[in-house]
This record gives sequence, structure tokens and C-alpha cells, in this order.
Amino acid sequence: MEFLSFSLALPEIMMAVGSMVLLMIGVYSKGDGLRTVSTLSVVLLFATAIAVVATHGGAPKTNFSGMVIVDGFGGFTKVLILIAAALAVIVSVDFLRRENLNRFEYPILIVLGTLGMLMMVSSNDLIALYLGIELQSLSLYVLAAISRDSARATEAGLKYFVLGALSSGMLLYGCSLIYGYTGATGFPEIAAAVGGAEDVSIGLLFGLVFLTAGLAFKVSAVPFHMWTPDVYEGAPTSVTAFFAVAPKIAAMALFVRAMFDQFPDIVGQWQQIVIFLSIASMGFGAFFALVQTNIKRLMAYSSIGHVGFALVGLAAGTEQGVESILIYLTIYLIMNVGAFALILSMRRGEGTTEDIADLAGLSRTRPGMAAALAVFMFSLAGIPPLAGFFGKFYVFVAAIDAGLIALSVIGVLTSVVGAYYYLRIVKLMYFDEASGDADVDPSRGVVIVASGSAIATVGFVVFANPIIRAAEQAASSLFL
Amino acid sequence: MIIQTIMFYAFAAVTIASAFMVISSRNPVHSVLFLILCFFNAAGLFVLIGAEFLAMIMVIVYVGAVAVLFLFVVMMLDINFVELRQGFLQYLPIGGVVGLVLLIELVAILGVWTVGPEAMTPYAEPNTTLGAATNTEALGALIYTKYVYAFQAAGMILLVAMIGAIVLTHRSRPGVKKQNIGDQVARDPATTIEVRKVPPGQGI
Repeated sequence: MEFLSFSLALPEIMMAVGSMVLLMIGVYSKGDGLRTVSTLSVVLLFATAIAVVATHGGAPKTNFSGMVIVDGFGGFTKVLILIAAALAVIVSVDFLRRENLNRFEYPILIVLGTLGMLMMVSSNDLIALYLGIELQSLSLYVLAAISRDSARATEAGLKYFVLGALSSGMLLYGCSLIYGYTGATGFPEIAAAVGGAEDVSIGLLFGLVFLTAGLAFKVSAVPFHMWTPDVYEGAPTSVTAFFAVAPKIAAMALFVRAMFDQFPDIVGQWQQIVIFLSIASMGFGAFFALVQTNIKRLMAYSSIGHVGFALVGLAAGTEQGVESILIYLTIYLIMNVGAFALILSMRRGEGTTEDIADLAGLSRTRPGMAAALAVFMFSLAGIPPLAGFFGKFYVFVAAIDAGLIALSVIGVLTSVVGAYYYLRIVKLMYFDEASGDADVDPSRGVVIVASGSAIATVGFVVFANPIIRAAEQAASSLFL
Repeated sequence: MIIQTIMFYAFAAVTIASAFMVISSRNPVHSVLFLILCFFNAAGLFVLIGAEFLAMIMVIVYVGAVAVLFLFVVMMLDINFVELRQGFLQYLPIGGVVGLVLLIELVAILGVWTVGPEAMTPYAEPNTTLGAATNTEALGALIYTKYVYAFQAAGMILLVAMIGAIVLTHRSRPGVKKQNIGDQVARDPATTIEVRKVPPGQGI
């Protein structure tokens, strides 16, 4: 066990110090603070991703007296999170100027929230887990309410804050029960103290359930999803674009780590909880999205459904399951960043619009944008040979190999239901008449990000191999 | 021993009495002052059980920061506390009955409470080596070594809280006059005083 190694913690230190330097630059810059700080924070996020790749290879190592673990699983998810955050900053700069949210704190809060996410996925101790979650959540609460003159955004921020505090309370209650019944806060010590499946005490099970509930809240799995549609709808669209990807990946990775690192010997105990969360999320996500007219609410329910699919991989409880989650999260990142980049550019007259009906006839006015959005929608629905299909495929194969046939069947059925509302958008764009002055007006950053992810979505088959191999390696590091 | 017992009852009695005064005094400023008294006595109780660090934290954080904040809020916001509390004491009988029932239930449970032998031996015993050190020393030995990560992470969380508070509330209003010491010092008679010749019987 390494007591303290600064070089292993390089990515986190870079982010922490970098965010403070950016803060100083933002405060003292005379001209366009937002653009300067945004550019620099994108550079910082990509540089950190390189540092992650450099430090996270090889055998898992612990740092800071065992509070933090540096391994391949953390490395893989950290790179995903950093890319997601950087792309979210790139697409939001022009949106923020248009919406008069010209504040340099915006990218800095994203950087600080991302630091929290990095701490979450590499936590090896209940204290580190909680501190990571709080750092991330606190930044997200502020971001949700950053448009403080809009009543909807303030409401979203407040709702998120109150419900987030409630979930943190549940999580802490679970942590304290686990600590009380095992006498340790470190994951390996807890795993050693839990022992086999026969002698699990009721108190420990209660702790496990509360911890799972708190984590389910952070990934917004049903029945802890209530905040998601309101927050996604109320927050500025660029914030929603960030919320939908990076925090989801971080919370999902933390969920996986918390389960496999603390309770590897009592998989049966938490497996049934995860199966329930998964079925409920897939079902709710599919059926509630059918009646939405606001595209951000639709994407919120869509993300709930996708969390359900990713949880299928966790429910499998195997190394193959973890690998399938990592592949799923990668593909989810690619599709959602592109889709949100386009949603961000939806306009009507002078203002922005979030009404799905405003996409009607887009194929005539903006054929390129319509084609890209159609690709994302087909992929989100899981139609081969696009990327989304492979995500679902690996998850279900892992579940079937683990003997969860019923779960996979339910998953495929809900995915058929879900296909309806994704295809409805495609139908609107290609077969309906355009109405009024609605338009999609992308900035240069949005065009680059959207076309990049559209190409990645279509061409996933071609370069899937290295990603799958990396995911395999990352998953195996969790089972050493 | 006898002195400790006397001190305990003294601190405890004043704590409860001042806690009651917090909710029953008419003047909100008095309420806050009684709250401070209550905190001080709770700190005294902590000293009695040998948790001197917690006692100091109690005084510094609760009295020094939280209570002063309350005082600011009470004095700066013009809230009519008398109106808020109207009819507050008329619920006292029913509240007292509920409290009494809870008390009886608690006594009934705790009377038969036994601690299982396995609960006395936790699986992993944390920090047995610290043994004889005072608790300030013990915390000091751990916080910058074993828990330096948690300590720094807490610092980052406070930084986010500060940025968040500024982002959500700070407004730069146009037309606010601010003091600029540089400008003040740079002023000299040549730029500020103008000597005019005033002819008698006419203004300027």
C-alpha cells in the first residue's frame, strides 16, 4: 500500500490546481472571461485525460493510505468523464452568450464537478466516496440554477438541491450502518469483514440497501428518478447536456465499484435490488417518454431508460457484465453528446425552443442536421448497425450468460417500446411540414462535435475493437 | 468526583433552562443570546467527558460563527417573530403529552436494552495505537497524514460552496460609488481646486 504518492494523484491535482488558476484568470481577465476560461478549461480537461492514461496503467495501486485506488477501471471511466465534460464545455460557449449567461464561473464549476467525479470513480473508502459525491453534486446544484433570473432554472436548482440532500442523507445512513457492522470504512476491509453469504447480518443488509438507494438516486434509476425530468427541463440546455452524460457515467462507475469492491462475496444480496431498479427504469423510461412534448423531458426519460439498460450489466454480477457496462457508457457518451449538441441549437425566432414539434420539416431546411439527429435517434433506439445497438447487445449477452433470461427479455421489449418515441422524431423531421420560423442554428463548436459523434455512431463497427479491448482490460482490473 | 457531579448537574440544568428560554423568550435577540448560553454549557459538558477538542469546536463554530450569523439575520431582517409565534404556547399541553408518551416508550425500550457480545468486538479496530494521547493530539496526528485526502477534498467542497454562493447571489449594479484609494491619493490641488474671481454683487 502506497501511503502517499503525488505522481499517482497527478490527474486530480492537475484538476484542483487548474481550477483555482482558471478562477484567478476569470476574475482578473478584462475582456471576454467566458471564452478565455472555457478554452483553457477544455485544454485542462484534455491534458488531465492524458495524465490519466499515463498514470492508470498496470496493476491496481492504492494511494493516500488506501483511500483512493488507481486502476484500469478508474482510468477508463475517468477518460470518458473528462471527454464528456470537455465536449460539454465546447458546445455550450455560444449557447451561453446567446442566452445572456455570460459567466466565466460556468466552465470552472464544470471543472470542479468533474474533479468530484474523478474522485468518485477512484474512491476506495466510504469517506472518499462521500466527499467525491458531494463535490460533484454541489457543483451540479449551482450549475442547474446558474440562470438565476429564470424561475424555472431556480426551481430546478432548488429541487435538485433538496432531493440531492435527501439522497446524500440516505447514502450516509447506509455508510454509517456498514461502518457500524463491519468496523471499517475502506472497501477491501469491508469486503474482508463481510465474509460469505451465510452470515450477513440484518444491519449490514440495511446499510447495503440504503447505500444502493443513495447511489440509485445519483444515477436516477426508478424509483429514485423523480428529480430528473424537472431538473433536465428547468436547467439551461447546455447544463442539461452536461448533466445527461458525465455525472451519469461517474455515478454508474461508482455504483459498480461500490458493489464489487465492498460486497463481492454477497452478489446475490444486491443483485435482486439491481434487477428491480433495472426493470423499473427501463419500463418507466420507455412508457413515460411516449407522452412528452418537450425534447429535454424526452431526453430525461430516455436517459432513465438507458440507465436501466446499463444496470442490466451490473445485475449480471460478472466481469463480463462490468465490461458490457463500460462499453455501454462509452456508446452512451458518443450518442448523447451529439444529440444534445443539436438540441442546444434548436431555435425559434430570436429565442431557443424545446418543443419537439418545432423539429418538423427539418430535413428540408437543414438536411445535414436532420440526418445527424436521425442517426442519433436510430442509435438511441438501438437499431443495427449503429453504435447504440452494440451497447444493448453486450449488456444483454452478459445478462443471458449470467442466467438472467427474463431480465433480458423485458429489456428487449422495453427497447421496442422506446424505439417508438425516437422514431417519432425522425418522422417529424422527414415527413411533416415545417411550421413557422423554427430552425436549428448550430455554432461551429456544435457542428464539429455533432458531426464527430455522428461519424463515431455510424462507424462504431469499424473501430469497435480497441474500445472493447480497453473495456475488457478495465473490467478485469476490478476483479484482481 | 463530587465536584464533577455537581458541575455536570449545573451545566445540564443551565443547558436545559436556556434551551427552553430560546423558544419561549419574547425578544428574538434574547433567544439568540440564550442559544449562545446553551452552546457554552454544552461545551462544558463535553469538557467533563474529556472531549476537549469537541468543546473548543463547539465554542468556535457554533458560538463564533453560527450564533453570530443568527444574530445578524435576526437583527437585519425585520421579521415579526411575535406574530410567527402567536398561539405557540397553546399547543404546549398536547405537545407535552406527546413528549411524555415518547419518553415512556424510550424508557421502556432502553430498560430492557442489552448490548450483544459481538457488538463489543468490532471486526476491525481502528487506530488502537493512539491509546493514551489526548483527543486533540490524536486528531492532529491523523488529519494531515492518514486523512489528508479527505481534508483536502473537504477544502475543495468549501471552495465550490463559496463560488456557488457568489455566482448565485452577487450582482454588479451599475452606478454604485466605490472608494478608489489610488484616485484619492493621486488627487492634488491643481485638479480639484479652481480659483475663480467673483465680481461683487454677482454670483458665479
